[in-house]
Amino acid sequence: MHAARTETPARDFETRARTDARHDRIFHGALKSCALLVLAALLGAALSMLWGGREVLFQHGFHFLTSSSWNPVTDDYGALAPVFGTLVTSLIALVLAVPLSFGIALFLTEIAPVWMRGPVGTAIELLAGIPSIIYGMWGLFIFVPFMARIEPALSSTLGQIPLIGKLFEGPPLGLGILTAGIVLAVMILPFISSVMREVFQTVPKRLKESAYALGSTTREVVWDIVLPYTRSAVIGGIFLGLGRALGETMAVTFVLGNSDNITSSLLMPGTSISSSIANEFNEAVGTHRSALIALGFLLFVVTFIVLLIARLMLRQLARREGN
Amino acid sequence: MTDLTSVATPAGATATRSKIRVRNLNFFYHDFHALKGIDMDIPEKRVTAIIGPSGCGKSTLLRVFNRIYAMYPKLRAEGSVELDGENVLDPGYAMNRLRIKVGMVFQKPVPFPMTIYENVAYGIRHHQKLGRKKLDERVEEALRSAAIWGEVKDKLRHSALGLSGGQQQRLCIARCIALQPDVLLLDEPTSALDPIATSRIEQLIEELKRTYTIVIVTHNMQQAARVSDYTAFMYLGEMIEFGDTEMIFTKPEKKQTEDYITGRFG
Repeated sequence: MHAARTETPARDFETRARTDARHDRIFHGALKSCALLVLAALLGAALSMLWGGREVLFQHGFHFLTSSSWNPVTDDYGALAPVFGTLVTSLIALVLAVPLSFGIALFLTEIAPVWMRGPVGTAIELLAGIPSIIYGMWGLFIFVPFMARIEPALSSTLGQIPLIGKLFEGPPLGLGILTAGIVLAVMILPFISSVMREVFQTVPKRLKESAYALGSTTREVVWDIVLPYTRSAVIGGIFLGLGRALGETMAVTFVLGNSDNITSSLLMPGTSISSSIANEFNEAVGTHRSALIALGFLLFVVTFIVLLIARLMLRQLARREGN
Repeated sequence: MTDLTSVATPAGATATRSKIRVRNLNFFYHDFHALKGIDMDIPEKRVTAIIGPSGCGKSTLLRVFNRIYAMYPKLRAEGSVELDGENVLDPGYAMNRLRIKVGMVFQKPVPFPMTIYENVAYGIRHHQKLGRKKLDERVEEALRSAAIWGEVKDKLRHSALGLSGGQQQRLCIARCIALQPDVLLLDEPTSALDPIATSRIEQLIEELKRTYTIVIVTHNMQQAARVSDYTAFMYLGEMIEFGDTEMIFTKPEKKQTEDYITGRFG
C-alpha cells in the first residue's frame, strides 16, 4: 500500500494552500456582503423616508409630533392621533393575546394528550398564515356588527366603574379602537402562541423531572421552571407579535373607523399610522404626501424603540438573576 | 431463580431492616415488558447499587420507586413497592408524601434557572412554610451535608448555572437533602462528570449513607464496587442476582453475572 502511494511534491501543497486561502476569502466576502445588504436596505429605507418627509418635518418641526390635527385642506399635519391609535390598538392586542397564548402554548406542551398536540399545533400555524385582508373582511362584516350589539352592555357595566369607565363611553358604533385591538389580538395570537409552543418544547425533560421529583405540581413546574428557563425567548416572541401588531395595515384599516381623533374612550373610532397611509396615499400630493412619508418614518422609529425596550428589559432580567 | 428469598434479600443484610420491599414488580412501556417480576429488599441506611448493560431496566426500576414515570402516559407498573410497609404504587399514596420521602438525582446535573439559594429553598418552600431564618438554616444545612457549602457560601445569590458540573451535581443532591428524605435515588449521578468531581461525589455518598438509604444506578462497575454495600445485577428486565457487593464481584453465583462483571458481555 505504502509503496504504491505516489509522493506529492511540496510545491503542489503550496499552490493548493494558496488557492484554498483565496477560495475562503471569496466565501467570507460573499457572506459578509449578504449581511451588509440587510444593513444597507434598512438604512436606505429609513433615510429615503426621512428624505421624503423632510418638507413637513422642516415646516412643522416638533409640531408634527405634538399636534393631533390632521388637515390636508389647510396643510396642517400632526402625527399624534395616528401614533396614539397605533400604540393603543397594539397594546390592547398584547393584553388580550399574551395571556391566551400562554394558555394555549402551555396546554399544548404540558397537559394536552399526545394525539392532540400535533393537529392543534398545526391548526395554530395555519391560523397564523391567514392573510390580513381576510381578517379585515371578517372584522368588518361579522365582528363589527357583533361589537355594535355588545357595546351598550359594555358601557352600562364597565362604563360605570370610576376611572376605567372613561374607556367604555360613547355610542355603540362597532367600529373603533377596541374592535381593532381585538382583531389584532386574534391575528397575533397564533403567531405568539406558536413561538411560545416551540420555546416551551426546548425545556429539557430532565429539568421538569427534577422539579416533579421534588414534589412540584404542574402549575409550579410551569411557573418556576418553564417560564424562567424560556423567559428571554418568550419575551422575544411577544415583541415580535407586537412588531406585527404595530405595522398591521389592512385589518386595522377596515375596523378602526379612520377618524383623526384622540379620545379617551376605546369604543370611539381612531386611526393608526399604517391605516392613515393606506387610506390617503392615493390622493396625496405635495406636503400631504410628505406628511404621510414622515408618518411612515415615525412607524420605523416607534418599532425601533419597542425593540430597544425589549432588549433593555432582557438585559435587566439577566442581571437580576445574577448571570 | 429457584431460591426466591435469597434473590430478594441480600445475604448478610439481616443486621439491618429493609427500607424498600419490591414484590413481583412488572413494568410496561406501552406494550414493552421492561421489568419482569422483580423481587428485592433494599436495606436501610446502606448503599445498594444496581448494575447491568444498557436497556436492562435499571433506571426504569429506580424511576418506579418515586413514581416519576407517572409523568408520562402509557407507562404502567404492576406489583408492589413497599416503603416502610406501605405500597407507594397504591394510587392512595399521596404523591407529595412520596416525593418528600424519596429524593432523586439525575444523570446530568440539572440546576434550576435561579440562584443557588433558591435552588435549595425551592423544594422546601413547596412542602413547608418556614420563616426566613429557619429557611436560611435549612438551606445551609443541606449545602453542608452535600459538601458544597464552602464553595458557594459567598455566592448564594448568584445563578446556579455558573457552577461547574460537579458543583451543580452536589447542589442537586443538596436540593434533595433539603427535603429531609429517607431514600436517595441516584441515577448514574457521575456519568457526566470528570474523574475528580466523580470521586468527590463518591466520598459524599459514603458520608450520606449514615443518614439515608441510597440506591444508585451505575454503568460503571468499579464505582458500584467502590461505593455500595449491596449490588444487584439486572439483565433484560430481570433481577439476575442481588447480594453483598463483595460477593457479587468476587464469587457471583450466576454465570451471567460473572460474564458481565468480567467484561465478557455488556
